[in-house]
Amino acid sequence: MKSLGSIRRDFAPWKDPSAKPYIAFENVTKVFGDFTAVDDLSLTIFEKEFFALLGGSGSGKSTLLRMLAGFDEPTKGRILLDGQDLAGIPPYRRPLNMMFQSYALFPHMTVEANIAFGLKQEGMPKADIAARVAEMLKLVKLEQFAKRKPHQLSGGQRQRVALARSVAKRPKVLLLDEPLGALDKKLREETQFELMDLQQSLGLTFVIVTHDQEEAMTMADRIAILDKGQVMQVATPAEIYEAPASRFVASFVGNVNMFEGTVAAREANKARIAGASGAEIFVENAGDAAAGNAVAFAVRPEKIKVSSKRPEGSANAMEGEVFDLAYLGDMTVYHVRLPDGQVVKASALNSSRLTDDPLTWNDRAWISFQPDAGVVLTR
Amino acid sequence: MNPTWSRFNITSVVLGFAFLYLPIVLLVVFSFNASRLVTVWGGFSIKWYGELFRNQGLMDAAWVTLRVGVISATVATVLGTLAALALTRYTRFRGRVLFSGMVFAPLVMPEVITGLSLLLLFVAIDLDRGFLTVTLAHITFSMCFVAVVVQSRLMSFDRSLEEAAMDLGAPPVKTFFQVTLPVIAPAVVSGWMLAFTLSLDDLVIASFASGPGATTLPMKIYSQVRLGVTPEINAACTLMIGIVAAGVLAASIVNKRREAQRQRDAQAALRA
Repeated sequence: MKSLGSIRRDFAPWKDPSAKPYIAFENVTKVFGDFTAVDDLSLTIFEKEFFALLGGSGSGKSTLLRMLAGFDEPTKGRILLDGQDLAGIPPYRRPLNMMFQSYALFPHMTVEANIAFGLKQEGMPKADIAARVAEMLKLVKLEQFAKRKPHQLSGGQRQRVALARSVAKRPKVLLLDEPLGALDKKLREETQFELMDLQQSLGLTFVIVTHDQEEAMTMADRIAILDKGQVMQVATPAEIYEAPASRFVASFVGNVNMFEGTVAAREANKARIAGASGAEIFVENAGDAAAGNAVAFAVRPEKIKVSSKRPEGSANAMEGEVFDLAYLGDMTVYHVRLPDGQVVKASALNSSRLTDDPLTWNDRAWISFQPDAGVVLTR
Repeated sequence: MNPTWSRFNITSVVLGFAFLYLPIVLLVVFSFNASRLVTVWGGFSIKWYGELFRNQGLMDAAWVTLRVGVISATVATVLGTLAALALTRYTRFRGRVLFSGMVFAPLVMPEVITGLSLLLLFVAIDLDRGFLTVTLAHITFSMCFVAVVVQSRLMSFDRSLEEAAMDLGAPPVKTFFQVTLPVIAPAVVSGWMLAFTLSLDDLVIASFASGPGATTLPMKIYSQVRLGVTPEINAACTLMIGIVAAGVLAASIVNKRREAQRQRDAQAALRA
């Protein structure tokens, strides 16, 4: 038997051109009054995928989820589930379940009755319901809370009841609307891993809506970055972070330094960018940027080195002044101001104990990075 | 601020309470009067309570009032709840403002006008006035009170509860009876109680809408008082006061207990 890790590692149906998407949004538009929540959006999700819809408020991520669940109908376009058009199918006949942001536990029912609610609607025999409820309570470790009402539970317990209720019917797809939003940080981190294990062990397709990039990065196989009702990029967490498709994605996920300029010369895959302030940046993997294009070279803070002397043999080095710094224990974050006023963020891992010559406020400092440390963005 | 009772405070509290309760206290006291003369004290007695139960006219009227109250409160609760649902759920239909205004208009409409217009209607459609017409009239004017009470509960109702029920496979009607109704039940019950109380003590509208054989208790009391107040009436009123006070007291005790239980549960959950 394969370990969960190796299943996860080998799982990449989106790379397989013959794989059939399980959920497909085809040119979906949703208009509320004069507000376009979702704008001609197409997206495919594969079976057993852990898929995250990541975006700020008003990006249309929740509307997408609600259309999938059947609470809203698309204004234009269609949504397919396993090849079947979902148009006109009411929420109570769709083979997917949703976990609500507010948990939406029925306040007048016990934990048990909450979990059994969906099974009763199916007309499942009583003995089977009891067995399934017991199984679910065990799954979320709430056996001794079966007879309690929701208001007698803590936030974390309520969240687990909501989870148990939404997977009790063994839906093909579980939709999660900001499932961890109401939990504190520590509980949230634990629950992230529990959710991933649950998804693997039940073999379900998860579609999660979140505004928390860390949450999406930790859990999802692929992430769709949404903005103003459109998809900005769909990719694995690593691709999103290391190869963002646009300035928006680069700055939305994690910290980034943008060196704006124009491509002065292009040769094979390499390019020379003339920075706005006159500095030159040499890059590899210039992508589709042609000479004369206005581009940004996006470099993550941890890929920038800070030193007190000009580093030897570094292709890109700029001198500035330490404007601010934050010592976080495991690492130090430097803000270095360049002569043109741009503040560059650089983070250094403190892999050895405190150095003799620490850089401090107002010191002259050099920042440097390799030609392949970032990506060239044309959009 | 000085929390002690000043002379002024005491005076105003005493005056205020006297203003509110002196007439009622007087009525209760004289219901135990042995004398036939209402305003002359002739010693303590409960004989008028016995007389009251032997007075067939009053007992009949009480029975009519009870039936009218239960039926009209029940029908008004159903209609008022439906109106409240429509007004909170379908917020986009044309003429919503007009419709909601019209539902709530009877709240401020003078009772004489409501009564008169109902009378005209019953005469116009040639409906014999009696039990049915009083009940209909009471439904009409108490429905909007129910709608107000239920609507204010629905405003704070979390719609995702209904969505969750539907998501779990419950069609809209089942969702309403299994989730929505149990959650808003306290408001529906207090709506019913309000409608019942309104029906119990209505005199004006009942006088317009009622006919022979359907005399309600307030109508009966009023007509007897015009011939002179008897100690029996005092006894009847004292009983009504007692019933209403007991109801209010019971409701507030139940509420308080439930609230205390909630707080204990919430604290227990936090500790866990």
